[in-house]
Amino acid sequence: MLENKEYKVIGTRPIRHDGVDKVTGRALYGADFQAAGLLHGRVLRSPHAHARIISIDTSRAEALPGVKGVVTAKDLPDPGDKIADLGEGAVNLKHLCDNILASDKVLYKGHAVAAVAATNPHIAEEACTLIDVEYEVLPPVLEVRQAMEPDAPLLHEHLRTTSLGETADEPSNVASHIQHKLGDPEKGFAEADVIIEREFVTGTVHQGYIEPHNATAHYNQDGQLTIWCSTQGAFTVREQVAEILQYPISKIKVVPMEIGGGFGGKISVYIKPVAALLAKKTGKPVKVLMNRADVFEGTGPTPASFIRVKMGATKEGKITAAEAYLAFEAGAYPGSPVGPGAMCIFAPYSIENVIIDGYDVVVNKPKTAPYRAPGAPNAAFGSETVVDEIAEKLGIDPLEIRLLNGAKEGDRRADGPVHPRIGCIETVEAAKAHPHYTAPNGKKHHGRGVASGYWFNIGLESSVTINVNSDGTINLIEGSTDIGGTRASIAMQAAEVLGISAESVNPSVVDTESVGYTAVTGGSRTTYATGYAAYEAAQDVKRQMIARAAKLWEVEEANVQFADGEFSSINGKEEQISFRDLCARLGETGGPIVGSGTVNPGGAGGAYATHVVDVAVDEETGKVDILRYTAVQDAGKAIHPSYVEGQIQGGAVQGIGWALNEEYIYNAEGEMTNASFLDYRMPTCLDLPMIDAVIVEVPNPGHPYGVRGVGEVPIVPPMAAIANAIYDAIGVRMTELPMSPDRLLKAMGKI
Amino acid sequence: MRDFSYIAATTIPEAVALLDEKGESARILAGGTDLIVQVREARRDVDWMIDIKSIPEVNVLDYNADSGLTLGAAVECYKIYADDAICDAYPSLIDATTIIGGTAIQGRAGVGGNLCNASPAADGIPPLIVLNATCVIAGPNGEREVPAEDFCTAPGQTVLEKGEMLVSMKIPAPASNSSSYYLRFIPRNEMDIAVVGAGASVTLDAAKQTIVSARIALAAVAPTPLFAEAASARLAGREVSDEAIDAAAEAAQAIARPISDMRGTAEQRTHLVGVLTRRALNGAIQRVRDAT
Amino acid sequence: MARRSHVQTTINGETVEFLCEPRQSLLEVLRDELHLTGAKEGCNNGNCGACSVILDGRLVNACLVLGVETEGKSVETIEGLAEPDKLHPIQDAFLENAALQCGICTPGFIMSAKALLDENPNPTEHEVRYWLAGNLCRCTGYDKIVRAVLDAASAE
Ligand SMILES: Cc1cc2nc3c(=O)[nH]c(=O)nc-3n(C[C@H](O)[C@H](O)[C@H](O)COP(=O)(O)OP(=O)(O)OC[C@H]3O[C@@H](n4cnc5c(N)ncnc54)[C@H](O)[C@@H]3O)c2cc1C
Ligand code: FES
Ligand code: FES
Repeated sequence: MLENKEYKVIGTRPIRHDGVDKVTGRALYGADFQAAGLLHGRVLRSPHAHARIISIDTSRAEALPGVKGVVTAKDLPDPGDKIADLGEGAVNLKHLCDNILASDKVLYKGHAVAAVAATNPHIAEEACTLIDVEYEVLPPVLEVRQAMEPDAPLLHEHLRTTSLGETADEPSNVASHIQHKLGDPEKGFAEADVIIEREFVTGTVHQGYIEPHNATAHYNQDGQLTIWCSTQGAFTVREQVAEILQYPISKIKVVPMEIGGGFGGKISVYIKPVAALLAKKTGKPVKVLMNRADVFEGTGPTPASFIRVKMGATKEGKITAAEAYLAFEAGAYPGSPVGPGAMCIFAPYSIENVIIDGYDVVVNKPKTAPYRAPGAPNAAFGSETVVDEIAEKLGIDPLEIRLLNGAKEGDRRADGPVHPRIGCIETVEAAKAHPHYTAPNGKKHHGRGVASGYWFNIGLESSVTINVNSDGTINLIEGSTDIGGTRASIAMQAAEVLGISAESVNPSVVDTESVGYTAVTGGSRTTYATGYAAYEAAQDVKRQMIARAAKLWEVEEANVQFADGEFSSINGKEEQISFRDLCARLGETGGPIVGSGTVNPGGAGGAYATHVVDVAVDEETGKVDILRYTAVQDAGKAIHPSYVEGQIQGGAVQGIGWALNEEYIYNAEGEMTNASFLDYRMPTCLDLPMIDAVIVEVPNPGHPYGVRGVGEVPIVPPMAAIANAIYDAIGVRMTELPMSPDRLLKAMGKI
Repeated sequence: MRDFSYIAATTIPEAVALLDEKGESARILAGGTDLIVQVREARRDVDWMIDIKSIPEVNVLDYNADSGLTLGAAVECYKIYADDAICDAYPSLIDATTIIGGTAIQGRAGVGGNLCNASPAADGIPPLIVLNATCVIAGPNGEREVPAEDFCTAPGQTVLEKGEMLVSMKIPAPASNSSSYYLRFIPRNEMDIAVVGAGASVTLDAAKQTIVSARIALAAVAPTPLFAEAASARLAGREVSDEAIDAAAEAAQAIARPISDMRGTAEQRTHLVGVLTRRALNGAIQRVRDAT
Repeated sequence: MARRSHVQTTINGETVEFLCEPRQSLLEVLRDELHLTGAKEGCNNGNCGACSVILDGRLVNACLVLGVETEGKSVETIEGLAEPDKLHPIQDAFLENAALQCGICTPGFIMSAKALLDENPNPTEHEVRYWLAGNLCRCTGYDKIVRAVLDAASAE
């Protein structure tokens, strides 16, 4: 499927630049940071899901030998009623601050209330148990439909629903209501021969990155604050910390260490401002680490949701109308990903009549954070299951119905945008032609399912600087933290422009004072946008090099051309010099060359995926085994195919975990009872087959090499694909996630 | 983690004397895969950890076809399943030791620790019960022996009195035409705690058609692992048949008193007791029949 | 506070002495006292394998071993695997197979794979998956990791 006619570097599989450091244990992640005189910080967290804080007494903790400082919300500046602008939308600053350290109320078990810095982590931990907090415990609201009831206990006395631009008078747990409408849904349903309407429930799930959050902070005497941490975006850490501490960004330097996974969960800050407060109070560098339970209980998972989907189609299989009701749990503060869910839900289809309502609802659970294609997997679980049921009712092959209705260039998404060139249909065609789909699937209790998924991808700002070395190599400076091989995929784009090898590029990820503004590694944007910036920076280098060659040969710049790593003179003079040789002559032709590229591109180009899965269901125990898995995805252009496959495989497996076992399990008091890797049950390698990643390339017109982001969409189809496979195996439609053994036993009527 | 002191004892009397002196504030450290986690998570308050791994008696792993197996209390899982003769003689013990945690856990964890930790869901205990194991206990007043099924008294509680420690487990040599089987239900395939566990041992007649005797034990369906005595007794003298096995499975279900927690619901557990008891019995019978 | 004990042990072939409190795990000792930060903490309770090291030839979770327990023992960590001028074949296989994304799980997987191949130089795919089940990776879906280990086995 992969063709590589036109490129030398792009599409090859070089060893990643940071590889040796990472296989030898030398790479330094956030928690690996060491400094002389380092203090260790720990956070005290609320044991209650919903309570008013009556008082906090830190005196016993402060008296413990080895304790150097204790902080609470009182140490944060008063946020007033300011609205903070973090680049990705306005956020109520008080909500932001209260999530760092609760001031008046705790809104979930695990909510941070105080923090201690001590000479060793054990003392800090012990000191936390000596902080006396008096709570007035309030009834928790743990589920989205319950929270929407008019008489539900309120999390925020001041929160009022904004609905389609209007703000309600009465307080509510519903923060907002959005709606997208296309065509005439009523008419569309009237034209349908078959209409299916189903309700779905999905559980709260965590990104599950293996590295817990960490942050080390230090204040210099001159007020300069430095934060070393693992993050998806050093600049967003700088912005958030600046807002929360009300401190100028110019006085904050964020040094991104290597990062052990994020998937969206390491964009929001939690302990970074806390480390800064402790550093300020103690005058020492303070390292704050979360443990695994802190990560589950105190950081943002992706929300549970309640979804209703109704779709209608003609006998021939043409989908005539679609309707969705999406109610998403935001967690303790507004801001669930219901918006993206609503943007993505019907995007694999060309449907004329659509109506989508979305609700953002606060509940007593951690404030949600992005997780890989946030919102889209919940939504697709509903829509892709309903499409399967329609196909079944009509006796049409489930991939065929997707081809028949597949979204294509020029179609309008329900929320407005018109699709550019996209690869939706191509992924379905490739799945249909794949030997997996054509292989027999006859065994008892074995089933096959398919589903498609969409993620819109984002652009945003990136900056890259290139310094040219005299030996023909370049140093590439970037601000995108490398979570999965992006040093390589970005370097390769610069290498392609300059006609040099991937190994001739030395990429470095640097701090916020050493490179131009760069948005987060997230939204599937890094290889796309920072790669684009690298392309531009390399073009800048190329232009300057052409000028040097022209100077050397005393010709017009227009008479110098660059191809295959060689500069040559055209129109007259017979001159030629390689990139490498010219690099050696920069001194004599005017001095060093620094190229730069900055972008904020608009053409991220949506990504589509279609997955095929075979399962075996143990009818006696309700356990589902994944027998075979094929994930087809449009990558636009796969810069480094191995890491594209890796994204597809990793995303698919996170989806498998979400589908089968992962969920936050709560008791009636709102305590998560499975806050460990033992009981949260992410897939181990023994739970999986090989994941066949199939890359389709429909170039994105919005990128010089046709790149589309690949990181997120692979998590969108698995839940519905597996539900559809389970139906195929045992004839039971699962409408609740996860489809864990006990739920299967119930659905089969065995218990 | 709370502060504690560490002592590596080298003899049984030394360990017993320390346990006797320190009482509740002391715990024995074997592989530490339960103890270290529990102390770190503040689920156990310990001031003294007494490491027994340098004591010779708790490291004994001695199998003899006549006298059976002596399994020292600190012998790690990996040593047990590395021994082919033990694998042949006590397959249910191998079923359990190869699924406790992952490879790295099995490098440290032992059956003795599994037993003394007295988790209702412990995978190592049902095999001990169905294999008729005896627990050898040393204490200030000398040694005593307790059958495995009587060892645990409540979640995390055992018959061990102040100053007492487990030295070893003794398992009789297997009778001819006998075998055993242990399995558990977990939603994943490894690194999970039993939602339900079931072990069975059977002795068949020479024709391998009739059950001479059987023992069934269950995990995670009561405050302690259970010996399903009545269910076991029902099988004695019966011909191998689905009906006989179903009847035993039903009798096993009757004694299950499961709770609902984050690992499974009570209804699910009761249902699974039936499924797993059948599978364990059939597995053990199959092993007898497969043996040449 | 319990007194810090003096411990002498061998780490990656070198005799090492350190002081530690009984409550400090081998993982804390390696990372905080000896600054060998290759072993990672992912869970601190035996569930993720990010801290995998080899103790007296046996794979263990360093977070579930006390530092004081290593007196007179021998510890192998990721830092000791490569030769000065050459990576270990498992390390090469991980790079060639792109078997890491964020890389936080990688030292643990490599140590676990080493323990496997030391014991079973020719494992099947199922044996690899069974052995590595105590090592969690959230990025890769394990496909390329399993391939890397199988490749390393055939290369050795
Ligand atoms: C990640 C992980 C996965 C696990 N998976 C499983 C599993 O699948 N199945 C399962 O059953 N368990 C599991 N466990 C629990 C644990 O590994 C087992 O129970 C193990 O067998 C305990 O053995 P140990 O030698 O490590 O015990 P230790 O932790 O050393 O001791 C356990 C308890 O017994 C006491 N003790 C130990 N030896 C003696 C003695 N000789 N005399 C008196 N008291 C003693 C200790 O004081 C302590 O209270 C898991 C644990 C972890 C961390
Ligand atoms: S940190 Fe030791 S197993 Fe996770
Ligand atoms: S590569 Fe990120 S956890 Fe494995």
